[in-house]
Amino acid sequence: MLFYVIKRFVQMIIVIAIVATIVFIFVNMLGDPAVLLLPPEASPEELAKARAAMGLDSSPWEQYKLFVVNVLHGDLGNSFVFREPAMKLIFERMPATLEIVVLAMFIAALIAIPLGVYVGAHPNTFVSRSILSLSLLCISMPTFWFGIVLILVFSVQLGWLPSSGRGEVIIVWGMRLSFLTWDGIKHLILPAITLAVQQLATQLRLTRAGMMEVLRQDYIKFAKAKGVSPHDVLYGHALKNALIPVITVYGLEFGGLVVFATITETIFAWPGMGKLLIDSINISDRPVIIAYLMLASMLFVVINFIVDILYTVVDPRIDLR
Amino acid sequence: MMDNKSLISKIIKSEGFYNFKRNPFAIAGAFIILVFLFTAIFGPHMVSQNPYDLAQLDLNDSYKPPIWQEGSDPRFILGTDDQGRDMVSAIVYGVRMSVTIGFCVTIICMIAGTTLGLISGYKGGRLDSFIMGLVNVQLSFPSLLIAMLVLIAFGRGVWKIILALAFSGWVTYARTVRGTTMAEKGKEYVEAAKVIGFPERVILFKHILPNVMTPVIVIATLQIGTVILSEATLSFLGIGIPITEPSLGLLVAQGYVVLFSGLWWVSVFPGLVLMLLVVGMNLLGDFLRDEFNPRLK
Repeated sequence: MLFYVIKRFVQMIIVIAIVATIVFIFVNMLGDPAVLLLPPEASPEELAKARAAMGLDSSPWEQYKLFVVNVLHGDLGNSFVFREPAMKLIFERMPATLEIVVLAMFIAALIAIPLGVYVGAHPNTFVSRSILSLSLLCISMPTFWFGIVLILVFSVQLGWLPSSGRGEVIIVWGMRLSFLTWDGIKHLILPAITLAVQQLATQLRLTRAGMMEVLRQDYIKFAKAKGVSPHDVLYGHALKNALIPVITVYGLEFGGLVVFATITETIFAWPGMGKLLIDSINISDRPVIIAYLMLASMLFVVINFIVDILYTVVDPRIDLR
Repeated sequence: MMDNKSLISKIIKSEGFYNFKRNPFAIAGAFIILVFLFTAIFGPHMVSQNPYDLAQLDLNDSYKPPIWQEGSDPRFILGTDDQGRDMVSAIVYGVRMSVTIGFCVTIICMIAGTTLGLISGYKGGRLDSFIMGLVNVQLSFPSLLIAMLVLIAFGRGVWKIILALAFSGWVTYARTVRGTTMAEKGKEYVEAAKVIGFPERVILFKHILPNVMTPVIVIATLQIGTVILSEATLSFLGIGIPITEPSLGLLVAQGYVVLFSGLWWVSVFPGLVLMLLVVGMNLLGDFLRDEFNPRLK
């Protein structure tokens, strides 16, 4: 076990190093930030000065070496626009993103898992078929469009819920949180639902598939033959094993939602890290883009690491090589 | 010709086609896809204007509501946008773009992923570890993030978005095909082909390939819908298709800006069409998956 953990840890470090290099190369192909940031009438001298100030006048190789040294010190440079450390900017906005992501995952799981169990256990009823069709519709729906329709109905037509911003926030341990005030909750509802819908459909289908797979197995037949009540077979015997794939995907989907939140944040002007990314792309704020991509990638690598370890804990049959 | 005919009759007599006829969802999916293919190919020749030719637009026509609302113009059934663009025409052009990108990306992914999967599964060893290492790393990142990375580097553009989406979509094929290839390569027909002395290239593409195509077709059908949604999403975010080109995602984005003035139709209709298109793809994809994977029935 320990050997496996160490091996996976080393792999994790290698992947992070490769990702960092790729991110650096890709982002360096962006346009010249000096041209984009200075007014169009700026003279060549002013441009050169701006480039020097941003550390862009040295060779790509020098820049890369500096980048690696800085990354190891946890420094990803200052934002060209805000003149503040890029990491700080992202960390400031992270709670906002995590807030809608966690809420969306919670909403999704709360609805998807019971429905998935039901649909998996009774695949041929009318209700099951309707639920499945509805989930297909959810998967096929463009998230950004769904958000817009929600705004149209609940903000523009009915005027029940606000359509942008975080509302009143309370600061807890230096994090600005919305879900502790009534106004904040009202602001949270629409973005969280928007983000949850596709997740809900995916989780429902996964739970259903897992359930159907498990219910076919011999130990379930044995439990039924033994006279265990149908309810206990479903929730006691089957659900535990059906949830294994769901747990794995849960971790990955969490990371996916952090990236996907970019869309929701753009629509609802939610000041999270996804909106920061899109704003930074539009103004070529290179350090912030790099910092976002690095942080997001690291998040995925770490989540994968944890999920792999958890997987073996949940299901001891899995072979550790 | 003879061959062709027998193939068609073979399909019609097959069990799969029998199941297809009895499955209303699959038929609906196929019908939706046919309608969209028809729209993508012939639609732009049938609509009243080319909405991306600025000379054909008249600013006096801007923001006309759909035909059943007050102040509408009978020329514009679903209304117009801020530049006096007919929504029907704009959507038809957008559908052509979506369908083109969906098919292009899927075909590129299918060819690249299947080839790499075949080689990886057949050769094994170092090459296999390398390709599968790449696949595993890529699978652990969401495809949206990978596509974003490519687009951030290369900028907006139709070909760039095809590249970005292909770059993030080939891995599923590679992984699946590799698995099937490893199972196939131990079978007798492969041994026989080796003994006869066929070159590896022939064994891989003429003998093994047909036997690994089933899952590839299923993945491809389901992927087209995903690709179309990703394109629309990236375009909506302003990092996909440039504003001079038609795109359903961009239309929704344009409508989003004027949403609060009550001009709802610019956003709502393109999104609705997009959803219908993806629903069609998913209905057919789901049917094919269940058909080829009888365990799930």
